[in-house]
Amino acid sequence: MDKKTIVVIGNGMVGHRFCEKIVGKTDKFNIMVFGDEPRRAYDRVHLSDYVKKKDVDDLYLCKSDWYVRQNIKLYLNDPVKSINRTTKTIQSSNGVVIEYDFLVLATGSKAFVPNIPGVEKEGVFVYRTIEDLDLIKSYSVSVHQGVVLGGGLLGLEAAKAMMDLGIPSVAVIEAAPRLMPRQIDRGGSEILRRRLEQFGLSVYADRRAYRIEGDGSIRELRFDDGSVIKADMLIISAGICPRDELARECGIDVGERGGIVVDEYMQTSDPSVFAIGECALFEDTIYGLVAPGYEMADVAAARICEEGKIFRRFDMSTRLKLVGVEVASFGDPFMEAPYARTIVFEDKNDGIYKRLNVSNDGKYLLGGILVGDARDYNLLLQTVNNRLELPDSPGDLIMHTKEPIGTADGAGLSALPDNALICSCEGVTKGEICRAVMEAGCENADSVRQCTKAGSGCGGCIPMVKDLVVAAMKQQGKYIRNVVCEHFSLSRQELYDLIKIHRLESYNEVLDALGQGDGCEVCKPLISSLLASIWNDMILRKGNDTAQDSNDRFLANIQKGGTYSVVPRIPGGEITPDRLVVIGEVAKKYGLYTKITGAQRIDMFGAYLDDLPLIWEELIAAGFESGHAYGKALRTVKSCVGSTWCRFGLHDSVSFAIQIEERYRGLRAPHKIKSAVSGCIRECAEAQSKDFGIIATEKGWNLYVCGNGGSKPQHALLLAADVDSETCIRYIDRFLMFYIRTADPLTRTATWLNKMEGGIEYLRNVVVNDSLGMAAQWEAEMEDRARDYRCEWKAAVEDPEIRKRFSHFVNAPGEKDPTVKFEEMRGQKRAADWTLI
Amino acid sequence: METIATTEWLAACRVEDAVKNGGVCVRHGNEQIALFYFTRRNEWYATQNECPHRRQMALSRGMLGSVGEEPKIACPFHKKTFSLSSGECLSGGECAIKTYPVKVENGLVYIGLDD
Ligand code: SRM
Ligand SMILES: Cc1cc2nc3c(=O)[nH]c(=O)nc-3n(C[C@H](O)[C@H](O)[C@H](O)COP(=O)(O)OP(=O)(O)OC[C@H]3O[C@@H](n4cnc5c(N)ncnc54)[C@H](O)[C@@H]3O)c2cc1C
Ligand code: SF4
Ligand code: FES
Repeated sequence: MDKKTIVVIGNGMVGHRFCEKIVGKTDKFNIMVFGDEPRRAYDRVHLSDYVKKKDVDDLYLCKSDWYVRQNIKLYLNDPVKSINRTTKTIQSSNGVVIEYDFLVLATGSKAFVPNIPGVEKEGVFVYRTIEDLDLIKSYSVSVHQGVVLGGGLLGLEAAKAMMDLGIPSVAVIEAAPRLMPRQIDRGGSEILRRRLEQFGLSVYADRRAYRIEGDGSIRELRFDDGSVIKADMLIISAGICPRDELARECGIDVGERGGIVVDEYMQTSDPSVFAIGECALFEDTIYGLVAPGYEMADVAAARICEEGKIFRRFDMSTRLKLVGVEVASFGDPFMEAPYARTIVFEDKNDGIYKRLNVSNDGKYLLGGILVGDARDYNLLLQTVNNRLELPDSPGDLIMHTKEPIGTADGAGLSALPDNALICSCEGVTKGEICRAVMEAGCENADSVRQCTKAGSGCGGCIPMVKDLVVAAMKQQGKYIRNVVCEHFSLSRQELYDLIKIHRLESYNEVLDALGQGDGCEVCKPLISSLLASIWNDMILRKGNDTAQDSNDRFLANIQKGGTYSVVPRIPGGEITPDRLVVIGEVAKKYGLYTKITGAQRIDMFGAYLDDLPLIWEELIAAGFESGHAYGKALRTVKSCVGSTWCRFGLHDSVSFAIQIEERYRGLRAPHKIKSAVSGCIRECAEAQSKDFGIIATEKGWNLYVCGNGGSKPQHALLLAADVDSETCIRYIDRFLMFYIRTADPLTRTATWLNKMEGGIEYLRNVVVNDSLGMAAQWEAEMEDRARDYRCEWKAAVEDPEIRKRFSHFVNAPGEKDPTVKFEEMRGQKRAADWTLI
Repeated sequence: METIATTEWLAACRVEDAVKNGGVCVRHGNEQIALFYFTRRNEWYATQNECPHRRQMALSRGMLGSVGEEPKIACPFHKKTFSLSSGECLSGGECAIKTYPVKVENGLVYIGLDD
């Protein structure tokens, strides 16, 4: 037998990665792997997901037959007991003895448990393996007060897990004066602590536990300052302790404070023995993160295959989400004067803290910290790692008066060198991603991930990968087609044209003519929306009902528990007392919760499917119509009271808002559209946060476009100034038609404009100067559809075929879903919380 | 394989009551079953009506579709998708849903209930 044998001890994340790397290079080794745990390698980084999920399948790093297929012999539940370096053999607990040529120690680490009296009591746990979690899960059932010892990264994760398990009160104890002392500074910790407390977590810093009390099982925890805290359960997360015992016993060098000493090839003091991952001590450092571990696996595999690759001091930058709060640190987070200048931005109100450490000459970024808002992490990290020169006022990088720097136009990306690390979990560089696009033909982030693994770890780099794919494709002169899904290899814009040219009127016709397969939840709503924009038909006819998104299909928003909400149109927010009474009466009759919405209308929640047509019949009889709160369509045109009452009002903003709302009501678009009209520059209707907004001036109206509220707010930009009402409406016609015609699916006008080459100037050219020569056609189309507008709820209640579908049971029409549950709150009802299993 | 165990067939509805390319919900005692008429493929499927993700009685109001050859249903709440033939969750994470056999005789649709 001439094959050499590699024995790997430890089937954790890094040990598994080592196997992948070796078999990826060659098949000239016999490989044997020993694992202490009963399961094959799984994703420890996402261990906490197991708290909520039922099975471990999602966590495994490979399919169950992977090892067999790779000809690797895997011994699970069989820890290696000893190493004999003279005979070059290992012996396992089950008595297996194997001779090795190369031995790889990937034994990871275990939780460090401080020597506190009482740690052996029942109810005290560590947090490292699936088995630990199983024990924690089953013990947690009757626990009222959970405590975590240790306020570092893992401690906070353990605390989150306790909260997810439904433990009513959870506290974190940290011995240092602040949380996460190794990653973030005092200011950042302070903000983090506040945010965590808002989530219901109690935090006690500067406390050292001294004794665990309780007979048999834990009852309370005592501290050295004499204080006491109640605890029915304790998770110890006070640090990690490398598992170097095998190495120690066979005389391999280990560090003073633990860890198997390795050189830049991952070789230990015995050159045929390697150590990688959390058990390895490189330049006096244990790396408690998976990315450096993966790099070590790669280096060790390369060394064994006689390739020249070495391990260098690894960047410990991280971005995490802890109990819903983003925390990131990069470069050297703590550096300060006289070695660097620091820029700090703190917003106690929103719980945001950002720190940049800039070189004394102001040219380079050296490191920093982000708490509460880490969206700029990727680019800041790249700026540090690649020594990109900073702009004149580097503070702007974290101030966000503008778009997040990462997404603006990818300008930051083109400046990066090819060896810039984009995915740090998998160690994938910009160059590798670009090559995947240019040479391997990947055309989206998904295939890049399959090809290079970029984005398969924490996923934080996916936005950058997407931008890179687009940039690389553009560079190749490739036309970037945003195809819809596996059923249509066409973009939304192409579908729009083809549907129109071929006069296709139903989803099925479109699928037959232009697609393949049977459709899905991506293409169906998209095409339904196009059909509605183009033909202006009642959306539930021609078999299109089942191709609508749930909300459109039942002309109402579906809610928790399966009931629906009802939002009648209240144009401009103006409503008569009589109609208010009708809403009150209807809500009372059908037992609905009522609320004033954030957009000047009234929402009635909690309607049974079977009641919807009855409710609408009554509303329609009183003169109401659908508010399209469920559709990707015009929502409301908010108004301020304007010149009819207001002492500053320049024009009648309410009348204009109503006129506009009535012109565009029911208009289907790639996303919802919102508008507002203010009577003067005091802007009480918030028009500048809308897709199109109008503000009265002395001479007429100013028209603003492409504003957005929502998760990424953006101010609208001035499109035309001092125009009269008629011109204003013509411009809006053109603007909306251009948007509907060209925007990607689910893209609000703000994002559409951000991606538009030439920006607002180009848009103004199209809309105001009619540079495409489409104005007359667009205005005529808009005019036609405004004239033909019909309330779709009226059509629905009058059509027995459609009405029949508003019934929960097909074999018991009119009988309501008995599983719907409500609770009471402030004299009204509310939906019962999700029932989780 | 032929099943030998006796299947009880529940008369669910008439063919014309079913929704073309969509689902309806069938009551069977305290149970709710979603019945799908995948007209495009000329196939019938039945599954539990409850979506395992947030335990919502909603699959009958979901959207039919396919991945490759596999027929699937997308829950209206968060668009988790499930195979109609095996019940397996195709978007990962959730447990599989129960499926039932369906037959059509004389314009009536029947759902097979085991034992
Ligand atoms: C009812 C209401 C909240 C309230 O009680 O006030 C509401 C409720 C919902 N909003 Fe909203 N939004 C409501 C005003 C707003 C506003 C304020 C406004 O319109 O002036 C905004 C920010 C303004 C904006 O859109 O630019 C707003 C930004 C969003 C967003 C984020 C959009 C974005 O571009 O980021 C979503 C998510 C989406 O549409 O994808 C959303 C989605 C939703 C959905 C539809 C979520 C869903 O799919 O279930 C909620 C439906 C609840 C229901 O069951 O009826 N809602 N939502 C408001 C209804 C207004 C109305 O009368 O029609
Ligand atoms: C809850 C949690 C959250 C985390 N979150 C993050 C994160 O967000 N980002 C990040 O980068 N890192 C995170 N980590 C750290 C990351 O999981 C580790 O860095 C990584 O798992 C280290 O891999 P490893 O293979 O060195 O060790 P391990 O994954 O621990 O694997 C070592 C394996 O060796 C086995 N073993 C030990 N001794 C023997 C023996 N004698 N014989 C046979 N087998 C043996 C052990 O049982 C174990 O299965 C987290 C860790 C935990 C516990
Ligand atoms: S902000 Fe979120 S929770 Fe509130 S209504 Fe809008 S979508 Fe629902
Ligand atoms: S309840 Fe079905 S996907 Fe969430």
